[in-house]
Formats: sequence, structure tokens, C-alpha cells
Amino acid sequence: MIAAEHGVTREEYARIQQILGRDPNITELGIFSVMWSEHCSYKSSKVHLKRLPTRGKLVVQGPGENAGVVDIGDGLVAAFKIESHNHPSYVEPFQGATTGVGGILRDIFTMGARPMAVLNSLRFGEITPGKNTTEEDAAKNRRVLDGVVRGIGSYGNCFGVPTVGGEVGFEPCYSQNPLVNALALGIAKKEEIFLAKAKGIGNPVIYVGAKTGRDGIHGASLLASAEFTEESKQKRPNVQVGDPFMEKLLLEACLEAMQTGAVVAIQDMGAAGLTCSTMEMASRGGTGIEIDLAKVPQRETGMTPYEIMLSESQERMLLVAEKGREHEVLAVFKKWGLDAVVVGDVTEGGIARINNNGRVAAEIPAHPLAEEGPVYRRPIAAPAPHVESEKDWFAFAPEGTSLTANFVKLLASPAIASKRWITEQYDTSVRTNTLAGPGASDAAVVRIKDPKTGVVKRALALSTDGNGRWCQLNPRVGAMHAVAEAARNVAASGARPIAATNCLNFGSPEKPEVMWQFSEAIDGLAEACNALGTPITGGNVSFYNETLGKSIYPTPVIGVLGILDDASRVLKIAFRSEGDVIVVLDGFGVGATLGSAAGWVSPAPTWRLAREFSSSEYSKTIAGILAGEPPAIDLAAEKRLQDCLIALAAEGALQSAHDISDGGLAVTLAESCFASVGAGLTPPALGAIVRLDDAAPVESILFGERGARAVVSGSPTKLARVLEIARQYSVEAREVGQVIREGSFRIKYKGSPVIDSTVDTLRDAWAHSLERTLAAK
Amino acid sequence: MKFGVVVFPGSNCDHDAFYAIGNVLQKPVEFIWHQSENLANCDAIILPGGFSYGDYLRTGAIARFSPVMKSVEKFAKSGGMVLGICNGFQILCEAGLLPGAMMRNSGLRFICRHVHIRVEQTDTPFTNAAQKGQILKIPIAHSDGNYNCDEATLANLEKNRQLIFRYTTSDGSDDTAGNPNGAVRNIAGVCNRERNVAGLMPHPERAVESALGSNEGLVIFRSMIEALVGAAKATA
Repeated sequence: MIAAEHGVTREEYARIQQILGRDPNITELGIFSVMWSEHCSYKSSKVHLKRLPTRGKLVVQGPGENAGVVDIGDGLVAAFKIESHNHPSYVEPFQGATTGVGGILRDIFTMGARPMAVLNSLRFGEITPGKNTTEEDAAKNRRVLDGVVRGIGSYGNCFGVPTVGGEVGFEPCYSQNPLVNALALGIAKKEEIFLAKAKGIGNPVIYVGAKTGRDGIHGASLLASAEFTEESKQKRPNVQVGDPFMEKLLLEACLEAMQTGAVVAIQDMGAAGLTCSTMEMASRGGTGIEIDLAKVPQRETGMTPYEIMLSESQERMLLVAEKGREHEVLAVFKKWGLDAVVVGDVTEGGIARINNNGRVAAEIPAHPLAEEGPVYRRPIAAPAPHVESEKDWFAFAPEGTSLTANFVKLLASPAIASKRWITEQYDTSVRTNTLAGPGASDAAVVRIKDPKTGVVKRALALSTDGNGRWCQLNPRVGAMHAVAEAARNVAASGARPIAATNCLNFGSPEKPEVMWQFSEAIDGLAEACNALGTPITGGNVSFYNETLGKSIYPTPVIGVLGILDDASRVLKIAFRSEGDVIVVLDGFGVGATLGSAAGWVSPAPTWRLAREFSSSEYSKTIAGILAGEPPAIDLAAEKRLQDCLIALAAEGALQSAHDISDGGLAVTLAESCFASVGAGLTPPALGAIVRLDDAAPVESILFGERGARAVVSGSPTKLARVLEIARQYSVEAREVGQVIREGSFRIKYKGSPVIDSTVDTLRDAWAHSLERTLAAK
Repeated sequence: MKFGVVVFPGSNCDHDAFYAIGNVLQKPVEFIWHQSENLANCDAIILPGGFSYGDYLRTGAIARFSPVMKSVEKFAKSGGMVLGICNGFQILCEAGLLPGAMMRNSGLRFICRHVHIRVEQTDTPFTNAAQKGQILKIPIAHSDGNYNCDEATLANLEKNRQLIFRYTTSDGSDDTAGNPNGAVRNIAGVCNRERNVAGLMPHPERAVESALGSNEGLVIFRSMIEALVGAAKATA
């Protein structure tokens, strides 16, 4: 049946008949199928998304528009959102990634905001052969990574937006289904924000930008809303092709057209192209719309109404102008050499009428189509609890074992190793606002120049985080960690977290256990966002991330935005001066051991530590074990630590700050040494001597990943003040060592060395590992 | 004294050059649209970085035919000061205002990082405020910065002291090790024989405040300002 080929179920078809009062024609069926696709309609996620906090003092625009908007002071707002482009990036990595970046940039400037920064959260299969990964798989994963990285770079670099941060992770589950999530941030004046609501009966509807071709037809419905099979490569023609130069023209022309005051509403044509933009604008505005497809600029001949309505050709916009002033808008687009054509007008009565050469090709009530689509309460079932015992968990090395060799191996693992080989392919400094690019601070930091005077006062910090492994073990706790880490990263740059955006990557919603993961993750996100004061202002849901019936790890990725009131107070991770004191800040407060969370019997029983440690990067890299539980999380402790970091930054009390996350305390300390080379100091890098004394097993102390902690350094003269501020926030500040000049890296545990090396040796393993793996393609 | 920053439709460092001159150095500056043949009485022209017309063909290949470039050529031939940065350098080579051509980076990838360049000549309006041998830390961001030319041209460039910037390491000890893109003889920037037109691949406009990681690009704009002040005095 033709409806089934469109992914429309029997019940949905009946609903269509009910709305129209008749059978749909083929164009109408196409329109319903994309609008009601999982990708566009959120039909399986809607009932759960309602549980997320979306309001806050600073939230100007929550979910539902092209991007979320928050107030950042001085009459300015920030628009930001994260979105996935996973399936296209597997089918065609380069174009999939470029159009992912292009799509999210359009969402930002559609709101009237000039894009300031892009971040990416990427997940690939393993790039080196090993357990569950053949050499052939690894080579393929390297090719996918290479294409995605080139794609992201090629688009952002040409467009002229700095790609300032993000993260990259590797797990076998992403081998057949990589994740490409792109986040963009833009700035606008508060009173100049644009919305996508068609208004004013009789106002002209203008099509601008690239011509419409046959590319990307059914991208949203067939590519993004179904799982992968052996035949998925045949879907390559469904992938769109990006043109960053065209997008740059579109950006400048749209912002200039908005300045004329003649633009009433604007919506980009992303997923589901002309269909989505016309229907949603009319639906949101409570109006109708009438357009003539014969007037739509076309790149190919003989296109049918069906093809024109469903094309996902990139770099196109639909806008509504004030009647009688359309020439002002058209003139701007002409100046930039872009097609701009009046294709119809806003009408009364709520009907969207699509004409083609004088014949009606489709006639649909816009609001029921856009807002009254199917909503599913999919069945939910928790998976059978995994029964584990001590033999499934990581076995700690006996006391006295040297851990230097394991540490080198951990530093060279793709997850921990420097991502410089990737990030250097991105323009990170264009627009001269980047105060902290990739790896310089825990969050990416861009300053805000006043649009008129160029004067800099504030800066914005952004971080994206998500830990699929932890979410696989416990989706609720894993999701909480994602929020906590993103917010902690922002705080460790000195900024106050104010809002969040999320990209929820999951398997098929038709599987009850995937819906259980989704529902649990939503509850975790909601709890963490509430506790940390970061309402969700937008994002997207990406289901059907599975191939041949196997789902990815549930991977909610969170982007947290923060404000730094004084742009000159950015905290970076690099140690700065010989003799500085190294302090571990711990939000769990006095009495927590470094290896475990507060509230446990101290020392915590080893089996408990082992269970938690089995989900760490170290356990995966050194023992090949992924089991147990994510580290216990205490959101109040996270909040205390973050508030403490923000206060320390505002006072200028610290030389450096770096949160403890992947790879634990030892990796954090080493990274602060490595970064000292690039911090304007002449090589060799600064070193560190650290002495630890604790009851827990040494590996859990050095490599455990429990949250609410950060490594900071400060000059000895400010130590007393640092300790005092920490006390005010009930954060334990433990002095653990010194920054040294001669470039050794030494950690002693109960008086005997457990890691003893030079910074150069460690740095070599960390800095060149990815390059060695990827350049050897 | 007035600077002009040319805006091609795909320029994306135009605002940065404008900010460096107008906000950081507080000198008069205005944008010049690519379809204009009027250089608005500017005393120095900057061709900024970016992707002029998309550069899908060859970097700068289409830009050289733009209306504004006709005027820039005339301006340069009459002794006017023209600086091309990154894409601007590529355009000046395509337009024949500077010798040589750009190839794809030797690593075949886009590279964005801070590099070090040595000021080789100080008797140009772009380097007169610098010390000979001074090392500047300035970022690059390009795919096609692998400068090349034939042997005869190279010999002339050396003889006429037109190689004004060379890549090197932070301590100036190893030029080849500091070369990010394979450029012949580690060339980062050249000027014409008359010394009034120059191009370089690194972005001095991105190195104008220490908060950005370096302010060592300022010396290039300061040199231009000094040269313009000197020229104004000479004609007064």
C-alpha cells in the first residue's frame, strides 16, 4: 500500500481522511507523511518531553521555535540549539556533516541572531581494532570520522563561524550508527528577535535562497525516522548537499533584510523543506497560506508538486513581508545575488493551499496538520536487571603496583587523547571572539562585542557532554551526569550556567526497552536541570539510531550555556606558574574520600568502589570491562562545587581550574600540565608533584570518575583565601601538591610513587595518539 | 588617513580587520562593496580573508575579475598601499599584483593554529615598525596556503628582498619545522617589487589583543599607519 511506503500507519491514514474529509492525493499524502514523521512531529517523545523544565527567569523563548533564546543582559539575547544529523552522516559522512552544521546555523540566524560559535558532539565506532572491532570496522570508522570532520570544517570555515569546542567519543555501538550533533550559538538584540509566525492577511510570502532540486526528498521521514538495514546505502540520494557559500550569502542577506523592518516572519527550510516551513508558519500564526509552486525557483525541470514540496535542498528560507514593502526585502536579496520570489500570500481561514500552474495540488488545514498529528504513548518496559557479581567487575591492583604504564596507555586511548588533530581542521578563531578554544578551558568561551561600539564586557561559555556508557548502565543517572558535567565545565571556565539544550539520541521508540531508557533519561535530565538551574530551551530527539536491530547506547547530549560577567576572568585548565599550590575541590564536602561519594561508610566497601569503577574509561581501556553502575551522583554537591568555582573565578583567586571527569584525577592533573605549553609559556611544560593519602584503592582515587570535583591551582599567597571561599560554599578544598618547573610528573600514594614520569613522555603519548591512528588511514 | 576593507560576498574576516583597525587601533576605516569601483578615497586597502565567491574553482580565481579589483589594481599601480590577508593574498596572486600561486596545504587539510613568522625585511610599509628578525605569533586558518613559484621568480624575490615573512619555530631556530603548509622556502608573506603591495597567509587581524592569545599582529597595522603618517607629512 502506498501509505505504508510513506511510513504512514493505518490509524494515521484514517486520521488524515478525517482531517481532510476525503482521501488525500499523492502530494497531500507526502506532506502528511513528512509532517507526521518521528523526526518532525516528535510523536513518540512528546508525552515525555513535557516533563522537562523549560522556564526560567532568563528564558525569552523556550522549545517550539527555531532555537531557544535567553537574556544575556545589556539588551542582548543568545539564541542556541543542538541538533542531530546522524543517519545522513553515516550514509554520506562529508555531506551529512556539512548539512548538519548548515541546518543548525540557519536555525540561529532565522531568529535574527548572528552565529557566534559552533560546537560538535561526535560519537564513532572504535578506530583501532580490538574487542568487538575488526580491522575492517576500524578502518571504516576512521573513514567516517575523517569525512565528518572534513564536512564540519568545510562548512563552518567557509561560512565564517568559529568551531570552538565539543567532544568526541568512541564505542563499538556507534560503528554502524555514528552520532553527529551540532550546536550553534548566536547573538541578537532583544527587541530584534524574529519568530516563525505568519501574520497579516494578504502579506506576501517570499521564497529566498538556493533553487529547489530533487535532493533530500524524504530525508526526514525515511532516513531520519527509520532504522538502518543492509539497503540503507541505497538511501544516499536522500542525503542533501551543502553549499556554505550560499548559506553565508543567505545569512548576510537575511540579517540585512530584517534590518529594513519589512520582514514579518521567517522560517528556514530544513527537514521537510517547503512543506514544513509553509505549514508551521501558518499553523503558528493561526492563519492560512497560499503558494504557487510554478513560482518556486527550480534547479531541475519537470519537478512534480510532490517533489517540490518534499525536497530538502539546502540553504533556502521562507519569509513573510509586510504588504507593500516587499520590494525592500527583494532588493536586499538581489544585492547579495540570491533568488527571492513572491510565491504566495498569507490567507484567512487556516487552509494551506498549494497551487501548481493554476491547479490545486494540495489543500490542507494547516493547524491540524502541524499540531494535531498522532501522539503515541509507546509501551515502556524496563529490561531485566543485569545480575552481576564481583567477578564481573574491575579488580583493583594490589597496593604498591606502579601505574605509570597503565597511565600512559590511558592517555593514548582515543577517548582521552588530545583531539588537536581534529580541532585544528576547524577555524577556531574567526570573528576574534574566541577567549578559550578547544581544550583551553573546560568550556568554550567566546566574548560578546557590543554590536554598535565593539566594547567587550561579558563572555559566554558553552559545553556539550554526554556519556552513552553510563546511560547504557543506568539511563537516569547517566543523563543526570551529562547535565552535571556540562554545567560543571561551564562553571570551571568561570561562567554561571543559565540554560541548556539537548539532543536525545536513542534507538527505536517501537522497542519498549528503548522507550524505558528514554523515559528514564528524561526524568534524570529534568531532575538535574532543575537542581542546577539550567532550563531546557530547545533541542531535538533522534530515534531509530539502530542498525540491523541493534540500538546504540542511549546517548542524551546536553549543551549548557553560561554567562561570564567579566570577560577578563576566564579560567583555563593550564597550570601557569612554578610553585603554585594544587588543590582538589570536592563538592561532596568534608569527609568524602577521593575514591567514593559522601554518605557511604568511609572507607566505602571495596566491592562498591569496584562496581562503580567498572564503568570508567580506565576500566574499559586497561581491563576491557564495561559493567557495574555509573558513579553515584549528588546534585546538591555539584551545585556547591559550581557555585564555589564561579565565586573563585569572579575574585580572580585561581590560576587554573579543570574539572575531574573522563580518566579521573590523574588525567586532569596531566592535562593541566600539557596545556601549560600552549599557554604562552615557552616549553618545556610545567610539571606537578602530588601526594595523596586515602583509604580507598589507589586506582579508584587516580582514575575514578565521580563528579562534583575539580583540580585548581593558585599562588601560595592566595591559598588562604581559596580555602576560605571553599568553606563558605561547604566545598572541601584539599591541598595535594605543587606545580613544578622541571617537567616531572609524580604522584605519590601513602608516601610511595605510583606514577613517576616526565611530562614530555606523557604528553607525547597523549598529544600524538589520534594523529598516529588517523593519519595512518 | 582612511583604511578600506573590501567585502566580497564570501569574505568572513572583513569584520575582524575592521575591528582591529577601527576599534583596537582607533583609526578611520570603512567597508568597500565588491561591486563598487569607487575606493572612497581610502589611503590603504585591505583584502580580507574568507572565501570571496565560494572559491569552489580555485581560491581567488573569480574575485580577480570583480569590479572592485579593477580599482584596486589601478590603486596599486599608482603606488597605493594594499594588504592581502589569507584569501586576500590568494586574490592578489591571481590578479598578478603579487608573484606566485597557492597550492593545497601539503597535508591536504585545513589547518587553524598559531604559527610563528619572522619579519625578514623592515623597509616596507607593512613591516617598518617591526625589528628585523622579530618573531610574531599569529594564527593561520586555511586549506590553500602552500605558496609556490618557479625558480626564476624565487631568485628575483630573494634578490629584491620581497620575502617579508617566513614561517619559523617560536625561538626562530628551525624554519622548516615551523612551516605548516609546505610553502616553498617557508614563505609566509611577500611584497611586490615596488613594496606597496603585500600578502600573507597568517591573520594579523586575529592577533590584536592578548585575550585572543596574541597581540603580535598589531605591528603590521602599526607599520601601515606609520607609513601613511609619513606619506602625509611628505606631501604636506
